[in-house]
Amino acid sequence: MNRQLKTVLFYALVVVVVVFSVFPFYYAIITSFRSGQELFNPSALPTSFDLSSYFAIFNEQPFGRNILNSVIVATSVVVLSLIIAVTASYALARVHFRGRGLLLMTILSVSMFPQVAILSGMYELIRSMGLYNSLPGLIIPNTVLTLPFTVWVLTTFMKELPKELEEAAVVDGASPLTIVRRIFLPLMWPAMVTTGLLAFIGAWNEFLFALTFTLSNEVRTVPVAIALMSGASKYELPWGNIMAASVLVTVPIVVLVLVFQRKIVAGLTAGAVKG
Amino acid sequence: MTVALQQDGSGQRKAKRSNLSTARLRAAWLFLAPMMIALAVVAGWPLIRTIWLGFTDANLTDLSHSQFIGFENYLSYYDGEAYGVLVDPDWWNAVWNTLWFSVISVGLETLIGLFVALLLNAQFKGRGIVRAAVLIPWAIPTIVSAKMWSWMLHDQFGVINEILLGVGLISDPIAWTADPSTAMWAVIMVDVWKTTPFMALLTLAALQMLPGDIYEAAKVDGIHPVRVFFKVTLPLIRPAILVAVVFRSLDALRVFDLIYVLTSNSSTTMSMSVYARQQLVDFQEVGYGSAAATLLFVVIALLTTLTVMAGGLKLNEGEQS
Repeated sequence: MNRQLKTVLFYALVVVVVVFSVFPFYYAIITSFRSGQELFNPSALPTSFDLSSYFAIFNEQPFGRNILNSVIVATSVVVLSLIIAVTASYALARVHFRGRGLLLMTILSVSMFPQVAILSGMYELIRSMGLYNSLPGLIIPNTVLTLPFTVWVLTTFMKELPKELEEAAVVDGASPLTIVRRIFLPLMWPAMVTTGLLAFIGAWNEFLFALTFTLSNEVRTVPVAIALMSGASKYELPWGNIMAASVLVTVPIVVLVLVFQRKIVAGLTAGAVKG
Repeated sequence: MTVALQQDGSGQRKAKRSNLSTARLRAAWLFLAPMMIALAVVAGWPLIRTIWLGFTDANLTDLSHSQFIGFENYLSYYDGEAYGVLVDPDWWNAVWNTLWFSVISVGLETLIGLFVALLLNAQFKGRGIVRAAVLIPWAIPTIVSAKMWSWMLHDQFGVINEILLGVGLISDPIAWTADPSTAMWAVIMVDVWKTTPFMALLTLAALQMLPGDIYEAAKVDGIHPVRVFFKVTLPLIRPAILVAVVFRSLDALRVFDLIYVLTSNSSTTMSMSVYARQQLVDFQEVGYGSAAATLLFVVIALLTTLTVMAGGLKLNEGEQS
């Protein structure tokens, strides 16, 4: 009896945790299928299946463009960061040189520092390069978020590879670039996919820079477009549209995260626990 | 290094090796150069400029015509009245809000995260699905979760009020994000919802690295599970939890998106980042805003240095044992 009670209690707790985790997303989905008067029905059960909010976000505003912007910015930032990070992390993980610890600490602190601390300096920089209100003007500041993180995680992964791997190549007189290209790169693909995915999510979600360095709706990324969606008046937000847009941009990320679940956990632990 | 004399052969080999390692060192710096240049351009230079702008009267409309005014943005006196960030009650309010938010939400996230991790560490049917479900809030962009929750917390049409009214817990709808007495709690709740998965996963990873034989021994000795948890499990996973707490705290101290979307520029929830951005962009006071941003940077830099130093000490202890 006691044992049964314990099992029931345990599963009850599991259910509470699951409902608490999933309910907001579930509620956003059912809200996105409501429109007109139906929106003001606060029922927690699905009551209608109306796709008009989904059509509205593409017809009433350039949401397709916003998605494209986010994809362009996040992809460029990730590719750029990975290219720069692979060689840098090889040097940091495999070569002993003076100042390595200091350099690693600097990289870690850059990934920690508040974005707002570089906001005015970055604004000035972007303005002077004539990149204000443009996609390159978002790619540059986003590098601050993704580059230190990518270097840090790749360095952790690279440190774990056995030393014997490159010894033979060094003795054979292979150049460091060849070693990276022919020995490490093939082994690093899984780590690079995980790191790239985490960096992509970070860049996809970035808000402060995208909000501050853009002016027109055509250049905005998804988070800014969603945050600034407005209706006829200030007090009448188009909740159906906001939820439709939210669901649309979240579903791919949720699917990616669920597919790469194990790898992501490994990447997060490499980034944090080993820090 | 203590060997003074060496035979010719080994000396030559040594010379060759040092040649090789010099080449390796040169290659290493070459490999590091792109990253260092990139970081200097996107992080170093803007940071230096922000600190400099904090000492000027720069305005957003024309950044090029700014004058050096020393510490006036921080503190100055005119006719016996003090001005500047350091005597601005709104700034201190933002500092207080940020600290309150960070301590409470990181605390709750750690506790709930530990609880969820213990749940997920148990063997039961459907564990994989539960773990996936728990990960969902982490995958949702902050802006989207803020919007989702502000709709759920809506004073007139929100489902939270509907449920609470239905159960009879409240008698009148609550304006969660607008009412000063609940606004900060609403922000904290959304943050806890969003970031508990991170804490839970890191804690779970630590739990799964624990050796199983200790638990078997404890079981054989008939020690109560609660006692085992406090005497064995907690001390063993403490380092991992501490690292996660440090990362989360540094993240919480710079909170911006969530508060900006959930409660806008309301002073009851304004964080240091929101305050600095409001001065910079909305009020166009680049000099003053940069001074505030610099203060935030100094606070976080100090905390990071302290943590790194504490962490370094711990690393050494670990190596000795």
